[in-house]
Amino acid sequence: MGIPEFCAWLENTSFATAIRQSTWLFPAIETLHVLAIVIVVGSVTMLDLRLLNIAWRDRSIREIHEDVLPWTWASFAVAAIAGALLFSSSATKYYHNIPFRMKMALLVVVAINAAIFEFGIYRRVADSREGERIPVAAKVAGAAGIVLWIAVVACGRWIGFTK
Amino acid sequence: MLQNFCDWLSNTSVSLTIQTITWIIPAVQTIHILCVAIVMSCMAMMDLRLVGVAGTRRPVSAAVSRFVPWVWGALPVLLATGIILIIGEPSRELLNPYFRLKMASLVVVIVITFFVQRQNTKDAAYWEARKGMAAIAGALSLLLWVGIVTCGRWIAYY
Repeated sequence: MGIPEFCAWLENTSFATAIRQSTWLFPAIETLHVLAIVIVVGSVTMLDLRLLNIAWRDRSIREIHEDVLPWTWASFAVAAIAGALLFSSSATKYYHNIPFRMKMALLVVVAINAAIFEFGIYRRVADSREGERIPVAAKVAGAAGIVLWIAVVACGRWIGFTK
Repeated sequence: MLQNFCDWLSNTSVSLTIQTITWIIPAVQTIHILCVAIVMSCMAMMDLRLVGVAGTRRPVSAAVSRFVPWVWGALPVLLATGIILIIGEPSRELLNPYFRLKMASLVVVIVITFFVQRQNTKDAAYWEARKGMAAIAGALSLLLWVGIVTCGRWIAYY
């Protein structure tokens, strides 16, 4: 089964049909999606700004990582599930939508950036204290994170304005 | 009367420009949502600290003084982008019950946030000494912000 066939099957499942036909289900799930995304973007930006030495400089990167990122991950799970449900309601339409494809591609880049940080850079910068120099690699990861998430939100918003 | 105002506003050259150039509204909405991300995350972190759920390694006063200034910084941008959206589609917003509920909730939550910050500035131990009140303020604030975002999204479906 190719992707177009999968989309056709998905949008004919009972839950996808229910979301599509209901007047309130789509906006309700979309609201959940937006609530989760704003928490993901805002919370991860707190860490990114620390990596750039712009905000929260009096706390170690480890402390912010431990305090904030669990909320980011939990919200991301909600955003992903809600997003998948929204996608299912008109899978074929979204699959052919350019901003949607860009958003998914950007999320792959976000994941790569996060993986490089989590499995490498983080260990080197976790315990850097106030006033300590932050390696360029960590700053690049932080800046990339901010730019990528802004682009993800923009693409997400654009989906609603394209046919 | 409000209907007349909306009709007049939607025929001004500024409004017509916003209506005609198709990328303006999604671009402004994107900036609006990014600022919502700042406000929601900062308020969630502060409110959850007030309730005693998140960031408990540091005192409440640290959370309040860390997060509230970001909200005051983001709100003017939210106001400016919100006004652009209203000018572009006046009756979609001004005649919409969800928009009105959103604005009313916003006023209440701003008052709460201001109060939380003011008491904290006067006495850093204020909220630490009043855990019950802190939890109520935090829960109420978080609930209102969630309601504001929900109303914001439902404006499009009225």
